[in-house]
Amino acid sequence: MLAKRIIPCLDVKEGRTVKGVNFLALKDAGDIVELSARYSEAGADELVFLDITASCDQRKTRLNWVEQVARTVNIPFTVGGGITSEADVEALLKRGADKISVNSAVLADPDLIDRLAYHFGRQCIVVAIDGKQVDGSWQVYSHGGRKQTGRELYAWAKEVEERGAGEILFTSMNHDGTHQGFACEAMAALAGEVNIPLIASGGAGMLADFYKVFSEGKADAALAAGVFHYGMLTIGQVKEYLKIHGIEVRY
Amino acid sequence: MNVVIIDYGAGNVFSVMTALQRLGVRPVLSHEEMVIRRADRVIFPGVGQASAAMQQLKNTGLHILIPQLKMPVLGICLGMQLMCRQTEEEQTTGLGIFPLEVKRFSSSVKVPHMGWNRIQNLKTSLFRGVESGDWVYFVHSYYLPFCDDTVAVCDYQQQFSAAVCRENFYGCQFHPEKSAAVGEKILKNFLEIA
Repeated sequence: MLAKRIIPCLDVKEGRTVKGVNFLALKDAGDIVELSARYSEAGADELVFLDITASCDQRKTRLNWVEQVARTVNIPFTVGGGITSEADVEALLKRGADKISVNSAVLADPDLIDRLAYHFGRQCIVVAIDGKQVDGSWQVYSHGGRKQTGRELYAWAKEVEERGAGEILFTSMNHDGTHQGFACEAMAALAGEVNIPLIASGGAGMLADFYKVFSEGKADAALAAGVFHYGMLTIGQVKEYLKIHGIEVRY
Repeated sequence: MNVVIIDYGAGNVFSVMTALQRLGVRPVLSHEEMVIRRADRVIFPGVGQASAAMQQLKNTGLHILIPQLKMPVLGICLGMQLMCRQTEEEQTTGLGIFPLEVKRFSSSVKVPHMGWNRIQNLKTSLFRGVESGDWVYFVHSYYLPFCDDTVAVCDYQQQFSAAVCRENFYGCQFHPEKSAAVGEKILKNFLEIA
């Protein structure tokens, strides 16, 4: 049986990770490569990097650290942030990224999903969706949650699947940063709508939150940043808890 | 050791390169017949679409060369699938090293089969030191059914071939280069096949 995946997310700014990190004996908490290696050793199933300042200049810098990560870790990793073209994707894959994540660019130009899937295969195209529940309905936001798009979550999820997304990374803006649990209801509803793997993001706080997002939320993977970076939980603790509660994990 | 990774423009060879470098070898990336024939080990990677990848092989004559090779050859993911006779992916004819047909997962499961899954019933020295039930990383929408050449089994919808072997040809559906310590062991074993 396929294991449920636990994915730490690293926010990157100007070639450094930005969130505080509580790994013991970390020489440089901002060092992307060192942190990646530590998470990999700790049992992370994949890594996701979200580059929050991806201007033209920084895209070149980005290729350098992507290459260093690929040289160092032997688990899959995804890179997202400011990807707008086939050329961006090609450069990242060539430097060893396994998957890329797109968000605002495909909301502006949905056909980009089709083109990327055609050129690189759908297995490496992750579409990230930021959703917020407004008056009972889930709305899709772009530009890091700043812009409402007028799209409804489930319709957009179905569309990205049809266009060739290999995976959906869904972040609930209502839950993100609260540490009060994932958006399990929305996740389960998404799982009923699409047949590609779903990564849940936003809200991880306690061990039981991870159990719930897999059992009730039907997620295939759970992504978290703060709980791991600040040392509230370790990946080992999460996996042990899931294993004891009957969720299949790589342990 | 002279390890050549076949370069035919299909997919992400960088990870395979770096995985081998971590094992202390300096692999060469090439599509040239003379370079490939002289190798001690050949790795045939591949991600992406079967028909486009097969066309690339034909353009460079590699479709004739690869089945003739005598050294241990390891096909990874799409590389393994292209070593088969046929794949349902756009009804592409493969190299025919394994006389088998690659099929698509039905939509009763999530496709692609993406993530970590267990391998079992391990045979051949490729899996020396690897335990039945160990985890490896898969990303694929098409699969090779269980058959006489199967040397590792995985369960997703049904049992399928996680790895196959026939004479000097090995193929694994999973990505050893992305499968943490277990994958590293498998790559090391491939380099050490007698």
